[in-house]
Amino acid sequence: MLRYSFSRLMGAIPTLFILIALAFFMIRVAPGGPFDSERSLPAEIEANLRAAYNLDLPLYEQFFRYIGGLMRGDFGPSFQYKDYTVTELIGTGFPVSLRLGGSAMLLALLIGISAGTLAALRQNSRTDYSVMAVSMTGISIPNFVMAPLMILLFAVYLGWLPAGGWGGGAWNHMILPVIALALPQIAYISRLTRGSMIEVLRSNFVRTARAQGLPERTVILRYALKPALLPVVSYLGPATAAVITGSVVIEQIFGVPGLGRYFVQGALNRDYTLVMGVVVFYGVLIIVFNFLVDILYAWLDPKVKY
Amino acid sequence: MAREMPGHAVPSVEPGATPVKGRSLWVDAWNVLRRNRAAMASVCIILTMSVLVIVGPWLSPYDYAQTDWDNISIAPEWESRHVFGTDALGRDLFVRTLHGGRISLMIGIVATLVSLLIGISYGATAGYLGGRIDHLMMRIVDILYAMPFMFFVILLMVFFGRNIILIFVAIGAINWLDMARIVRGQTLSLKSKEFVEAAEAQGVSTFNIIRRHIVPNLLGVVVVYVTLTIPQVILVESFLSFLGLGVQEPMTSWGALVNEGAQEMETAPWMLVFPAVFLAMTLFCFNFVGDGLRDALDPKDR
Repeated sequence: MLRYSFSRLMGAIPTLFILIALAFFMIRVAPGGPFDSERSLPAEIEANLRAAYNLDLPLYEQFFRYIGGLMRGDFGPSFQYKDYTVTELIGTGFPVSLRLGGSAMLLALLIGISAGTLAALRQNSRTDYSVMAVSMTGISIPNFVMAPLMILLFAVYLGWLPAGGWGGGAWNHMILPVIALALPQIAYISRLTRGSMIEVLRSNFVRTARAQGLPERTVILRYALKPALLPVVSYLGPATAAVITGSVVIEQIFGVPGLGRYFVQGALNRDYTLVMGVVVFYGVLIIVFNFLVDILYAWLDPKVKY
Repeated sequence: MAREMPGHAVPSVEPGATPVKGRSLWVDAWNVLRRNRAAMASVCIILTMSVLVIVGPWLSPYDYAQTDWDNISIAPEWESRHVFGTDALGRDLFVRTLHGGRISLMIGIVATLVSLLIGISYGATAGYLGGRIDHLMMRIVDILYAMPFMFFVILLMVFFGRNIILIFVAIGAINWLDMARIVRGQTLSLKSKEFVEAAEAQGVSTFNIIRRHIVPNLLGVVVVYVTLTIPQVILVESFLSFLGLGVQEPMTSWGALVNEGAQEMETAPWMLVFPAVFLAMTLFCFNFVGDGLRDALDPKDR
């Protein structure tokens, strides 16, 4: 197990390096700089500014300085928010995004797994068809379409919930964004669970368990659920990536002061360090999460040899 | 596949009738698909939508960038021929929705072709060559797979300007990874299948083996995958346009229209509802067709 984890970790490190390099060089190659503005600065001042941000050094040296900084948890200063470092900005935005994304993920797992199991147990019944229809809708309607429609219905017409803002994370502010973010994942997870549960319910060990006269509840919860959830476990990685990507647009729509909003603002303002910081931060998060999921999967699945 | 082997030929219902004609994979698949009502309805809707998107704008007296000063931000009405209403700049929403559809569908198809091209050549090369090269090529795919690509596409759009060619390439370039994996896996497993071996033993030429056995079997998977990639690509494009990073004014796409609509929804809900319905319906139909095709072309199911 330890050796397996170690080899997986060794695989993750070049990925991390390439991620950072790709982000770094792409931004540096791009035309336009952070000091392009309507009034052009005098040449000397611009040179001084560039020197202050180390932009006058050769590219490879900037790159190694950046990596060195990352090792110490230093993402550099923000070009736009002059008084903040990128680390500070991530520090203020990420807890909000984590709360939003984490709740969405939990909700998606909870509802997705129960709905999928239910549909599998009553295969080809009306319950099954309605779960699948709702799930198809969740997959087909993107969350940036669903979110405004939900605001229109629940905030504008019915007036039950606030249309946007974060309210310091108050529950009524969280409901709509969390649901909008979770819906596509609920759809995917319920489809996955249904498919694998149907397969597991046909397998020999479930038949044996039933033949022993165990109550259906025990058969499902004790025997069938764990192997049926393996595909869901391996979907956790892509799901996290999807939730993070989705949170960019959901935070934008609902005016949630999270990391995704910083990212879009930073991208539009050409805030090099901030944008790169967010990409690297989220990239590392996804890679680390995938690594943990791989280990969890190997631990759960008796068929994986390590 | 199995159907083409004489021993597996389906017996004819009436004995003594004309000799049993072997049914090809595609005829079989078509028969399965035809019975799938949701998929068939979806095909019809997609076809109708494509025709509407192409000829629809000509049916309206208005142009997609033209301002009707007498009818700014009006609800749908028949008298002024603004059947979907107009936006805050007095532009006809019916024409704009269809124009947006042209862009969205075009990006969906072209970017899918880009990813198809890269994915098939990459995957087939890796699968065919095998060994160390295969290992290296797939390792690269693994690494790229772990990247948060949406973020990179956003960066690309921001830093290199928002032109439409770049959207095609960027979206196509992120979607080829799945295709490469699928094609490689298929090629690898097909190479060692019994029916390929049987064909080899019978002295069928390599070209004919590839033409009769490898390509048709790859095609099934590829066709299914293409129908599932198109909605994904449309989704990515809409996502970018929604954030204001996709196609530029006065051109539009469904994502851009949904974005405009979302900003005006309290006063002009029709601006949100029409493009949203068109976008969702298209994605819905493509997903249904993809699912249907998967059922029809999956050899495991027979």
